[in-house]
Amino acid sequence: MQNNQIILNIVRFVVLMLLQVIVLNHINFLGYVNPYAYLIFILLFPFDASKTLLIFLSFLLGLSIDLFSDSGGVHAAACVLVGFLRPGILKFSFGVSYEYNAVKLNKVTFKERVLYITLMVFIHHFVLFGLEIFSLSHIVLILKSTLFSGIFSVLLILCTLLLFNTKEN
Amino acid sequence: MQQIIYFFIKNKNFLLFALLFLISFILTLESHSYHNSKLISSTNFFSAKVYSVTSNITEYFDLKEQNKILLEQNSSLLKYQANTNTPISQIPLDSLLSKNFEFTAARVINNVYNKTNNHITIDKGQNDTIEPDMGVITSKGIVGIINKTSGKYARIQSLLNTKSQINAQLKKSKHFGFLTWNTQNPHVVQLTEIPKLAPIAVGDTIITGGNSAIFPKGILVGRVANYTLENNDSYTVDVRLFNDMTNLSHVFIIKNKNKQEIIQLQSSDDAE
Repeated sequence: MQNNQIILNIVRFVVLMLLQVIVLNHINFLGYVNPYAYLIFILLFPFDASKTLLIFLSFLLGLSIDLFSDSGGVHAAACVLVGFLRPGILKFSFGVSYEYNAVKLNKVTFKERVLYITLMVFIHHFVLFGLEIFSLSHIVLILKSTLFSGIFSVLLILCTLLLFNTKEN
Repeated sequence: MQQIIYFFIKNKNFLLFALLFLISFILTLESHSYHNSKLISSTNFFSAKVYSVTSNITEYFDLKEQNKILLEQNSSLLKYQANTNTPISQIPLDSLLSKNFEFTAARVINNVYNKTNNHITIDKGQNDTIEPDMGVITSKGIVGIINKTSGKYARIQSLLNTKSQINAQLKKSKHFGFLTWNTQNPHVVQLTEIPKLAPIAVGDTIITGGNSAIFPKGILVGRVANYTLENNDSYTVDVRLFNDMTNLSHVFIIKNKNKQEIIQLQSSDDAE
């Protein structure tokens, strides 16, 4: 990674974490639906950077959200999982050769982008709510939360990316 | 040996993932266990500081509502004074409470109510002699129990927590049960194990039971909204809370001066 990319990612980490714990955790749309937009950090983390670093940073990000929301390690677990699965999901969404073609998220087709984001968000949310609620008798609540929060998160992430897209070009 | 090292290098991503996932899983399990959810909490210096800075700003949006609550409380205290001729400085918050209890006011800096295990963070801690297992109320009703403290902050296990079990009773007939929460609605909690014999009706008042050293007897909880008879011949009662748990700003922490004595007595009882 180049210097300015490192700084960009550090800023993104801090800003997204604070945005999540101060604003987004308190939206409570319809009583319980919150978007988890801090995933943008993991989604946008440079595709050619070290995978080990990504796994470690995902863990740190999740853990810092947990520190704020008194939730044990649920965000950390969900983040580490998507951080680990990201190379596979990238391959699935953008084709096997994404690493050599230097794919950028703002240059792929809209369909591919939505597929990538949706997969990441729903895996993350399912693990998150599964661990948070942690009881099989509440499986309906887990699925319901995953679905509604997932849709909300995907929309918010797509809009955010569109907003900041023009600047990066 | 070389092969082992080679194996580690080849699988370093998976091994790191497995290790970190295990750590977070253990933290999660720990947070779900009944008494020890204490490793990771928002009472740490950093997150509590951030919360208190943001709540310093956001509390202005809520001033009108909080003023109204204060006025209501003031008018009920004035009414009490007019009817009893006791100087207002000498009476406790509620006439039912004896002098064994002390109250400390605190400000809510973070309030969560949309999960299954909710916690509230407040800006008083060990420095103000706040300890775990103290009860927390507002002027309208009960809020929860302190379950972790740091120097300047404390965390409340909210009534809206599947782990909470607070002793409560029917005001008119003294039949008691336990307050639990079924995660459906932040305004309604469940009172379980009320015996079938209890005369119960929609609209009855529920108060705390005083069977524990945490809450004094007679703190308001809520009104009966609905009740069903369970298989084990006891009622499960839906209680609509007097408190709006989604809008908390100032709370009172209850210190029981005789708590040590009560606990000592109870434990000496067990030993015999």
